Amino acid sequence: MTPFTYLRADTVNDAVRLGAGETAAFLGGGTNIVDLMRETVARHETLVDVTRLSAAVTETAEGGLLIGAAATNTAVAEHHGVRTRYPMLSRAILAGASAQIRNMATVGGNLLQRTRCTYFYDTDGSHCNKRAPGTGCDAREGFNRIHAILGASDACVATHPSDMCVALTALDAVVHVEGRDGARTLPFGELHRLPGDRPDLDTVLAAGDLITAIELPPLGVAARSTYRKVRDRASYAFALISVAAAIEMDGDRIADVRIAFGGVAHKPWRATKAEPALRGELASEAVFRAAAAAEFADARPLRDNAFKPELATRTLAAVLAELAKGDVA
Amino acid sequence: MSIIDTAKQAAQGLMQGAIEKLVPLAPDSWIPGGRPDPLIAHKHGLIGTPVSRRDGALKVKGEAGFAAEFRFDDMAYAALAYATIPRGRITAIDSAAADAAPGVVLVMTHLNAPRMNTPGVFGSSPTAVGPADLPILQDDRIHWNGQPIACVLAETQEQADHAASLLGFTYDAEPSTTSLEGAKANGREPGLFMGQPLHNRIGDADAALATAPHVVDQVYRTPRHNHNPIEPHAATIAWIDGALVIHDASQMVTAQAQTIGEIFDLEPDKVRLTSPYVGGGFGCKGLWDHQIIGAAAAKLAGRPVRITLSREGVYRVVGGRSLTEQRVAIGATAEGRFDALVHTGLSIMTPHNNMPEPFILGTRAAYACPNISLQVDIARMNMLANTFMRAPGEAVGTFALECAVDELAVDLGIDPVELRILNEPDKDPTSGLAFSSRHIVEAWRNGADHFGWADRSVEPATRRDGEWQIGMGCATGTYPYYRMPGAQARITLTRDGDAVRALIEVAAAEMGMGTSTTTAIVGAERLGLSLDQVEVGYGDSSIPGAIMAGGSQQTAAIGAAVIAAHNALVAELLKLAGNDSPLAGLSADTVGSEDAGLAKIDDPTQRESYASILTRAQRDSVTVTAAAAQPLELMHWSMHSHSAIFCEVRVNAVTGETRVSRILGSFDCGRILNPKTAKSQFRGGIIMGLGMALMEETQFDERNGRIMNPSLAEYHIPVHLDVPEIDVIWTDIADPHTPMGAHGIGEIGITGVAAAVANAVYNATGKRVRDLPITLDKLL
Amino acid sequence: MSFVVNGNAVPGPADPRVSLLDHLRETLHLTGTKKGCNQGACGACTVLVDGERILSCLALAVQYDGREITTIEGLAETAALHPLQAAFIEHDGFQCGYCTPGQICSAIGMAAEARRGVPSHVSADLAADVILTRDEIQERMSGNLCRCGAHNGIIDAIQATMAPAPTAETSAELAA
Repeated sequence: MTPFTYLRADTVNDAVRLGAGETAAFLGGGTNIVDLMRETVARHETLVDVTRLSAAVTETAEGGLLIGAAATNTAVAEHHGVRTRYPMLSRAILAGASAQIRNMATVGGNLLQRTRCTYFYDTDGSHCNKRAPGTGCDAREGFNRIHAILGASDACVATHPSDMCVALTALDAVVHVEGRDGARTLPFGELHRLPGDRPDLDTVLAAGDLITAIELPPLGVAARSTYRKVRDRASYAFALISVAAAIEMDGDRIADVRIAFGGVAHKPWRATKAEPALRGELASEAVFRAAAAAEFADARPLRDNAFKPELATRTLAAVLAELAKGDVA
Repeated sequence: MSIIDTAKQAAQGLMQGAIEKLVPLAPDSWIPGGRPDPLIAHKHGLIGTPVSRRDGALKVKGEAGFAAEFRFDDMAYAALAYATIPRGRITAIDSAAADAAPGVVLVMTHLNAPRMNTPGVFGSSPTAVGPADLPILQDDRIHWNGQPIACVLAETQEQADHAASLLGFTYDAEPSTTSLEGAKANGREPGLFMGQPLHNRIGDADAALATAPHVVDQVYRTPRHNHNPIEPHAATIAWIDGALVIHDASQMVTAQAQTIGEIFDLEPDKVRLTSPYVGGGFGCKGLWDHQIIGAAAAKLAGRPVRITLSREGVYRVVGGRSLTEQRVAIGATAEGRFDALVHTGLSIMTPHNNMPEPFILGTRAAYACPNISLQVDIARMNMLANTFMRAPGEAVGTFALECAVDELAVDLGIDPVELRILNEPDKDPTSGLAFSSRHIVEAWRNGADHFGWADRSVEPATRRDGEWQIGMGCATGTYPYYRMPGAQARITLTRDGDAVRALIEVAAAEMGMGTSTTTAIVGAERLGLSLDQVEVGYGDSSIPGAIMAGGSQQTAAIGAAVIAAHNALVAELLKLAGNDSPLAGLSADTVGSEDAGLAKIDDPTQRESYASILTRAQRDSVTVTAAAAQPLELMHWSMHSHSAIFCEVRVNAVTGETRVSRILGSFDCGRILNPKTAKSQFRGGIIMGLGMALMEETQFDERNGRIMNPSLAEYHIPVHLDVPEIDVIWTDIADPHTPMGAHGIGEIGITGVAAAVANAVYNATGKRVRDLPITLDKLL
Repeated sequence: MSFVVNGNAVPGPADPRVSLLDHLRETLHLTGTKKGCNQGACGACTVLVDGERILSCLALAVQYDGREITTIEGLAETAALHPLQAAFIEHDGFQCGYCTPGQICSAIGMAAEARRGVPSHVSADLAADVILTRDEIQERMSGNLCRCGAHNGIIDAIQATMAPAPTAETSAELAA
């Protein structure tokens, strides 16, 4: 680990001031950044501890929830309002990592966690455009079981590893950011980037930008929602595929729907093609599969992940069927 | 080699040949185990009663001290740097930044490392346990991607790690072989395991196969595996007055100390290696580069060193199980009798070690068959030396063989349990030797009954619960009974007033098998003492003899050594007892131990207590050391443990995820000494088998030979939610020819499990997966 | 900075790179907390911070200024064993003993979470009270790897200590 200076911020203004500069980074629960520093994937010279900033989960005037970025994953998952009004978010968080990690990890940190591509982690022995721009991508022709099938580029085929973010994408969450130029918000779906020719940039945030909160807008459809994660062991593994879905039925017809996929792209993948294909349709296996087919029509599987479009399709169909029946709380 | 050495070797060869011919033919009574161990007749003593681990309290309180928890004053911390090419030379090292980094004590590379002898590769001599026939930090050559090429010592671990990350290396790469196809193209050689050819031919299997009415002929593949003990390899090392002290995590304390002594040209008494606790081993806690590098760095710096491998470091330095490609072909009559059995294939090793994964070992004695052809070939790759991992050979060999038997059962329309029983041999089908103890049919019957095998749906893909398809499968597990030469035991009997205590010392290792507890149980029973009168010493190379916690042989090796030491103790006590004792005039072979004293075996009223003997002799203690008899029984009988594994799986029809919902192991492993720890041993093996079946694979990038998942996050082992409640039962029938009637049980648990799971997956889905692990994509 | 470890005030590290785990082991010589992977993948380093289980390998010690840390050495209030420690011995919930301190600390944190009503990945109803069934315990303990394969004994020990046999009332809830 490169030597660094540890600073603790007691206010957002402090944090933004202390965290300015290319070599600084914000420190939440440390569950990813400490590992990245130890592996020398990251070499920050200053870490600004922002865990003492707002961790509150409060009701918004509009009837949604505002989650302080320092809230732990556990705090969000166990929050009564999240459990009852946005169950997919609780479930997504609970499907991720382990209880110990969820107790440490913050919401802000979760959004900024980096890929689990093993070539990205292999600082000495592998080429990775995300870690070292311009060096090449060893994953494209190597082990790429957990890698992207949508939206990848020649430069990078990594996936975003978060479960929570998949639900937040589906829930139309809003990210509150404090930067050098003051406060701003952006839709969650615009936070993470596709790799293009700059896979080193995971998000649109500028250096020194601090995520202060996540806002969940009121969303009736979310009350009937869930998260299903498919992985290589029963627990404590990153997703091969995950589906966050919410549905509102009007009799047998799908009145409204929200869908996002994890494990398929460089960002949590909002299913912008599948959703319109479902709205107003009669719920059926065929309709579910057709919606998935629309979403994955452009899928570009790699050596080890050719199973993903079919797995994602089946998983989506099963989740929607269950939600349509009302079996999921 | 001198003429005398040559002559000596020739003589030894002749002797060895004569022994191999004569031992099988000798009368039983000439062979160790020819007369049953008297303890087998002790039916109501300590043996067989469940006893909690003696080190339990220390372990649950965190007070058991592991290798990285010893301390020396002024100790420096080590960090390693690893090569990133599979083969070539280091042409330049840039260590300026590392040298200048805060806290750095030294940077050691091949340029400044002390001169050391090349370790003897495992098996090249009775004491050699080196990882490969390669010098360590002695030249500029790179032999595998991940080879340690530099060591940084610093005042703290953080400083050492950082400095190591600043080192720069320039390489001149040379042609290498890192793909399976490339290795095959370079050519195959016949495999030799511990000097013996991995080859058996009985009758004409090819001809029999060609005419058999029912034939299964398939190829099965198993990937690389890593042991992944939760304790990473570590050693705390000091040179004290010219002697080397290593607190290590070791399954082979004595041999390891000896090999290290040879590397540094030290007399045997100048190396002391301790290993009181081993945080999991499974075959990998032996001698690797890191202890040697740590000792060299300590020597160069003149300071004690702690070297702890990072988890990635474990994958770079410590070898795992190699991959296999196995063909199994069985030809059978319409009734299901095997007429041909072929088990052949390929395993991969390096140019510098000698460990072909011996996957035919379990097949040799598995089934009655007049025509058998077994062969392991090897091809070589530039990679980290592979090694022994829990049931080397049998773990992967039983996957192939027992899947093929299941496929044949389906083809024949015969229940797979009945098919196996039908082909039960009455003597070893390849060696022709009598079995020492084989009650596998009983294990099958008990297991089937207990598991509810009769409820199985014979037709695949017919049971379902919602999204989950349910199936049952079974397989035979097997592991040989071994006992290695070299074991000794030292017994010290101490008197304090009328109270006596015994200390039993063996140069063995405790990595969680329960050895210290079992040794105390057996020792107490043999000496006629209560459990709390017996203390066990182990894990220290200063104890006489050499005992390896490997090959599931430690319990037998200790058992035989304690028999010898007990005999010596009886003789010594009789001498001390003198003419005034009630035992006066009796010869040692007519006297045994009971109730804290010696007694005439056929008239126990003729007795004297240990305390009384020692008191009269004016002694506070008596110490004896004795070596176990040579393990000739292994050449006289065919000696194996057996199991019948039953498993129920649920395969998700949507996602292909497989969950094992029930599993039962029915074991025939001689007499069980401590049911409590034995059950855990069996379960532990079974769980490692579940990992092997469903998720474990070391990802070896064939482009450059680099292991790409060197982490517990990306190399999946089963978590709690993957592990169902595991039923374990056993026949508990003593092997009349082994100490205590027992067999080692550390490895048999894993065998057969992957096949049982694969067969259950077939029963659930109708899909055969012949390459491990059975990941969901193979079932979509 | 300083924090409290097992009831004693202790100084923090001089170097901010030092993890809570290394600080405990190398500076405070509390080696009961184990290092298995140093990357948050095995759970061997689990300790309790203000009663919550965390991974000390991913925790920078400087971040824990003023917090109360309990390690395996501090669980038992007297020289005797904590009931869960005793249950681990009784149920043979370990072999090599290396993952054991982490398993035990984790289970204690897990029980507190369950009492508080934190649901898990396998909870059928997110809003219901938590009943520590075997499945629930297994999922909640899945962050603690064991390679010896002591899983059954570990869950047995936890169930016996933390989730006594269901009463008629809880059985009815389970069935419902």
